[in-house]
Amino acid sequence: MNRTVQFLVLLTLCIRSSAVDENLILAESFPKELSQFGFFIDESAQVPHEDVIPYELISTLFSDYSYKQRWVYVPKNKKAEYRDSEVFDFPIGSALIKTFYYPVDERNPELGKNLLETRLLLKKESGWEALSYAWNEEQTEAYKKVAGKTINAAWTDFMGEEKEVRYRVPNVNQCKECHASDDKITPIGPKARNINKDYKFNEGEFNQLAYWMDRQIIDDYPLDLISPVDWTDENQGIDNRVRSYLDVNCGHCHSPTGNANSTGLYLHLNETRDIHLGIYKKPVATGRGSGGFKYSIVPGKPEESILLHRMASMDPGVMMPESGRALTHEEAVEMVKEWILLMKD
Amino acid sequence: MLSKNAISEDFFIDPGPDAHERLQEAMIIMNEGDTLTIRSGYYAFEDGLSLDIDNVVIKGEGMNETILDFKNQQSGAQGFLVTSNKVTLKDFAIMDAKGDALKVIGSKGINMINLRTEWTGGPKSTNGAYGFYPVESEDVLIDGCVAIGASDAGIYVGQSKNIIVRDSIAQYNVAGIEIENSFYADVYNNLASHNTAGILVFDLPDLPQQGGHHIRVFDNKSIDNDTDNFAPEGNIVGEVPRGTGIIVMANSDVEIFNNVMSGNGTVNLSIVSYSDDTDDPNYYPHPKRIQVYGNTYGPSGFDPDLETGDLAKALYEISNGNMPDIFWDGIVPMTQMVFGQPQDEKLKVKEDSEVSFLTISPIKYIMGFSNPTRTDKNEFKGVINPLEPIVIDGI
Repeated sequence: MNRTVQFLVLLTLCIRSSAVDENLILAESFPKELSQFGFFIDESAQVPHEDVIPYELISTLFSDYSYKQRWVYVPKNKKAEYRDSEVFDFPIGSALIKTFYYPVDERNPELGKNLLETRLLLKKESGWEALSYAWNEEQTEAYKKVAGKTINAAWTDFMGEEKEVRYRVPNVNQCKECHASDDKITPIGPKARNINKDYKFNEGEFNQLAYWMDRQIIDDYPLDLISPVDWTDENQGIDNRVRSYLDVNCGHCHSPTGNANSTGLYLHLNETRDIHLGIYKKPVATGRGSGGFKYSIVPGKPEESILLHRMASMDPGVMMPESGRALTHEEAVEMVKEWILLMKD
Repeated sequence: MLSKNAISEDFFIDPGPDAHERLQEAMIIMNEGDTLTIRSGYYAFEDGLSLDIDNVVIKGEGMNETILDFKNQQSGAQGFLVTSNKVTLKDFAIMDAKGDALKVIGSKGINMINLRTEWTGGPKSTNGAYGFYPVESEDVLIDGCVAIGASDAGIYVGQSKNIIVRDSIAQYNVAGIEIENSFYADVYNNLASHNTAGILVFDLPDLPQQGGHHIRVFDNKSIDNDTDNFAPEGNIVGEVPRGTGIIVMANSDVEIFNNVMSGNGTVNLSIVSYSDDTDDPNYYPHPKRIQVYGNTYGPSGFDPDLETGDLAKALYEISNGNMPDIFWDGIVPMTQMVFGQPQDEKLKVKEDSEVSFLTISPIKYIMGFSNPTRTDKNEFKGVINPLEPIVIDGI
């Protein structure tokens, strides 16, 4: 055996030993440690295995100002199928991986990150299952947390201000609260229209959908996709920005198939009826969530609109969304305030 | 500590450190057919609890023994959330939740037995909205429960089907018991007292399930409902006047019989239409086929709440202060005002002769007649057609 062959054999062995463990993705129970899946070749530095592909969404859910890194894994020789305005139909054995973290100091990335949790959506024979792994203080391993966990986290923001949060890692049921559609767990983010943007991969900057095609993890995507606007993009019209924000932050529950359908308040992108968008809509079972106001949205009067009141609140009995947030998303509150203010009666 | 008995699959939770995590974890890892016992004691929780496993029993050791206290709740929109089927909850108390106490969404088969939900600081608008809050559920049993201090309804069943609420007590809530946008309900043997209003049967527009019907309210005591309305504004119950025994709004096929209504300062029984504007073409805002008979009426109307909503004020004016036991607003669709109500949709009232009744003739009212009211309940006599009792399989 010559040296080159030896080297190649060794290399193959190396790659094999660090392959993503598909059996664990398919297994009935989740392993205790995140590292067992083999999604990362360096856990602490969050360096993914080469089959684990990073991606970003155009518009994202607010989670107490935490940062999120996302990856997708699709088994070899299988492809996720394109679905019109839905999430890609991923093959069994796929994984969606999302790590939540705070930078130590938003002004200086070199000071590092504080990893909070890594949430998994795994496509098993029986469908998607969700679970979160919370990182240890040493930041060397993340452990399964079926009942969730409280992390008292802190970071320094862009203004140099010290921020603190009672961050909640969701329990399995809370994962379902947002990820349930018609009672089945489903991913929210990876719809073709929502990943139709460029990303800086190791190999260079490409459109994510084009890259996914190239890596052969999806079967197809239309070239004429109409994508939501990035709600932070101030060059866009405020109506589009707000509807995009509400869609991704509220629409998974507040839709006719979501968990909050009994309210009659529907905030997903396809809703067009004023009353169901909240305009002069009376609360149904809101209780003190109403804040003493009569309607979800009063055009021109953000200060009398229940929707804004509940977005701004930090009281667990009042605030929306019901879970996943302990802080107020100030920038979004300002934007929605302006949107309601400009709204014509 | 969490312990698991391999043979019987029973889980036990004791008070102590990490009780929330132990209880929540057990309620996630338990399997169908298992029983979890929360041993007697005081549990102070900072986060809500949730259950999503079918066919399990979660029980305490008594509504005064196993106390789940949410006074310091930091997260969760309710104390306890159930989203699974064939669940029995019994023998514990949920106290001072920041939002609703016990919410059940989309469950088929939910038994709530001998539970207590309470806000301990007295009636306050900062209390949570609902004590018991099953919604979009089917086969709902609330039996032997106690609900105190809710700023909306102590026991609220919304957009559900096949419902029994019995042998329960609702006190010091805005509404004691409320059945809303629901089909097929029996509400019996309950005590609703010292609420703003005792028992409400409501239907509202613009919701996935509407057209509430087939509701039987019988053998209840709705007495001494004398608490000022403390609902936060914006909520429909915020319009309900203090001192109301039973209100039926915009439902069809409702039977009210053998109840005791007494000590209600505004009115014992009120039957009304939904009075706000709505563009919902699928919504019917008027009550129809309402049958009222064999009830016992004690003093009422002696302290009408003229401050809250329009009902008490309008009734006070139109009756010249002689508040009736039974009030029907008389509002029907325009065509029926002109051509009359279909015979089989008419209100039926069969009560003792001394029971007072008042309704408004809308046409006379609009045209400015000096006395647009009718008070002779003999006009509303008819043969009572009892509704079928509600049956829940296995109950």
